[in-house]
Amino acid sequence: MLAFFGPAHGASPNAHEISNLYDITLYIALVIFFAVEGALVYALVKFRKRKGALPAQIHGNTRLEVSWTVGAAVILLGLAVLTFAKLSSIQDPPNSGPGGSSLADLGEQNNLLYASNQRRLPPNGKSLEITVIGRQYVWQFVYPGASEPDGLGAPYSYEELVVPTNTTVTLNIVSMDVVHSWWVPELGGKFQAVPGYHSYTWFKLSKPGLFRGQCALLCGRGHARMIATVRAVPPAQFEAWLANQKQEISQANKEAAKARAKLNGEIGPGQVENP
Amino acid sequence: MATYVAPIPEITAHRAERAASGWTSWITTTDHKRIGIMYMVLTFVFFILGGVEALMIRLQLGAPNNTLVTPEIYNQLFTMHGTTMIFLFVVPMMAGIANYFLPLMIGARDMAFPRLNALSFWLLLAGGIVFYASLFWHPPEAGWTSYPPLSSALYSPSGGQDAWIYLIHLTGISSLLGAINFYATVANMRARGMSWGRLPLFVWAMLTYSVLLIFALPVIAAAVTMLLTDRHFGTHWFDPAEGGSPLLWQNLFWFFGHPEVYIMVLPGFGIVSEILPVFARKPIFGYKAIAASTVAIAFLGFLTWAHHMFTAPIPEAILVFVMLSSFLIAVPTGVKMLNWIATLWRGTIEFKTPLLFCAGFIAVFLIGGISGVFLAIFPVDWQLNETYFVVAHIHFVLVGGAVLPIFAAIYYWFPKITGRVLGEGLGKLSFWLMFIGIIVTFLIQHVIGLDGMPRRVYEYDNVGHLHLYNLISTVGSFILAAGVLATVINVWRSLKVGVVAGPDPWKANTLEWFTASPPPVNNFDVVPLVRSFEPMKDIRREIERAGGGARAPGTATVPAGATQVGL
Repeated sequence: MLAFFGPAHGASPNAHEISNLYDITLYIALVIFFAVEGALVYALVKFRKRKGALPAQIHGNTRLEVSWTVGAAVILLGLAVLTFAKLSSIQDPPNSGPGGSSLADLGEQNNLLYASNQRRLPPNGKSLEITVIGRQYVWQFVYPGASEPDGLGAPYSYEELVVPTNTTVTLNIVSMDVVHSWWVPELGGKFQAVPGYHSYTWFKLSKPGLFRGQCALLCGRGHARMIATVRAVPPAQFEAWLANQKQEISQANKEAAKARAKLNGEIGPGQVENP
Repeated sequence: MATYVAPIPEITAHRAERAASGWTSWITTTDHKRIGIMYMVLTFVFFILGGVEALMIRLQLGAPNNTLVTPEIYNQLFTMHGTTMIFLFVVPMMAGIANYFLPLMIGARDMAFPRLNALSFWLLLAGGIVFYASLFWHPPEAGWTSYPPLSSALYSPSGGQDAWIYLIHLTGISSLLGAINFYATVANMRARGMSWGRLPLFVWAMLTYSVLLIFALPVIAAAVTMLLTDRHFGTHWFDPAEGGSPLLWQNLFWFFGHPEVYIMVLPGFGIVSEILPVFARKPIFGYKAIAASTVAIAFLGFLTWAHHMFTAPIPEAILVFVMLSSFLIAVPTGVKMLNWIATLWRGTIEFKTPLLFCAGFIAVFLIGGISGVFLAIFPVDWQLNETYFVVAHIHFVLVGGAVLPIFAAIYYWFPKITGRVLGEGLGKLSFWLMFIGIIVTFLIQHVIGLDGMPRRVYEYDNVGHLHLYNLISTVGSFILAAGVLATVINVWRSLKVGVVAGPDPWKANTLEWFTASPPPVNNFDVVPLVRSFEPMKDIRREIERAGGGARAPGTATVPAGATQVGL
């Protein structure tokens, strides 16, 4: 009913649950809003100054005051209980669905690098772990599949995060420079990328689609253009894309090395260093 | 029965001291009223500057992908706007109003430390000059929250960031000295009979404001000093590469920043608690509950800072604790709202401009209070934080909770300061324009945020109805500005042609209405014995009982003795 007055939902279960919690809060809030504004307007109209009317010299009413204090506390207690009931479905990632990407368990290899008690994994421990790196003014996504044992050589992409459907994706959010905030509204809440810290979240998409978001915390002059998009594709297509990406990156690296060697040859060895 | 003549307000300052004249007298003055006037005029100038910055922000956002201002200037605009409104307008404006009226309301002749009081004002002016001087070089652009590493020397090399730091220091010392002064004044200089239970509610609010400032300001002073040494002297408090922590800043900043919100709105609550009973012609409903909830809000205000950090990497136990403490603070705030409505209930409400602004405050602040509950639920905040929903929330809270009460105070107390009443016609026009302007500007911003637009972005793509929504908000901001302009014109006109007020134009309840308008330098030469929290009501009743009510103003004399206490 009040869809336009609620947060994005429908794509990932956590965003859906947040929206649900928001909606319940909104209904309670609307009741309170209309009751209080109604009482205010009624008092202003009904008790406006008229001839012969005398103001009642009331200083207070302890019973009334205690009861509305308790009433307010009870409503808020209810909201707290509701939040605790919903919390697990928002915070804890579920298992990947049948037909999810087989690359999902590769995320496990990052465990040693990013062990933290803040991090949440699906019950079976398998998720597609992607490292989201914020920097002025672009998001970089590092996928599992490092070619070297120290975690280097993993495929990556900029701006657009490609993920498989039916697969639980866990994000490990970090920053290279200033504080950023990762946010794609339809995929759940936002989380700060703070240099020196890790933030974690997850999402799971059942259908292919394109989801748009952007950096949500002021990070400098290019903040407004620090766009993030998430493209969900069927697992097979994702795996093909990832293999292609890996191949293109290694091709580009080779050509860069060649160009460096050529430059070194032209201007003398050692002038341009290999990284 | 012995002959007994009750005092009539008109003549209680018949041994008035003559005020010093000439412009140098304003520089050398230690009179709380003159300092108060300078505070109010100066902070209003900053309000206009901050308002112009806001209008430029709204103009830029009036169209998608607008190129009116560059991203650099846009970031400077919202940094200047937020900093100006908080540090140079609301907080010192409350100090200015209290400077003028707090001593009068408690029957004192001046503040406890008059010269310290003057120092507070001049430090505020210095802070404002240091900050606005950066306009001629590079204004700061890291937002009023100035999160490092963005505000570090590496990412914000310009001196504007340093100007911001100096502004915090100068206005901080100014506020701290002022807070100590208010506290000492209230603690020591109350009229005879004014026990804590008879303190006007505005004075209760200012007392709480002072305690909050005394606890919160040292923390921000430490934080900006750390930022300063990080920027210039090689420390690494906030630098993760050297073992520092950007989260340390967020904790320190919001440990100050959240109480700061209450520092801004509690005096507003106090103003409303003074004005509503006067125009409903009814005592405030639940004096003790309002005073107690003021103190409760202040205490709880120190336990909720981390709700500004719900999206930061902090342990879940903290998220849960802060959600609950934030819920808890909604209770005393809600209690106040209901107390104010109950004050109107069964009264005889006179729709004078001050009352309109107070009623508007209740209507608008309620929206800010309710949206605050959404933001307190941390999973919901994950969607709403750092979006236009938060911008809407903070403006309903601060424009509702501080700006509308300040305008109510202007209309209510202008007659006392100048001796003339502000025009009702322009006053009502100003109220309705501002009220409609606030609703139109900020209500739609909830939707803008829910649709995914983060705050502090200089441009946006026209996704969905974002252009329409932003345009509505921009139009609203100009309606709001027109309302402010109407009051400026009203003040300008009424200074010359306003109806002469007399000492007590509203038949109000507190002691400032006992003396002449404007009050003489020494405020009172007799101060009555205070016997309730509405001393002027008692005095009027005595006059009526003695049959003095029909006397023409200025014709009565006060005999020495009777129930007054000579000073």
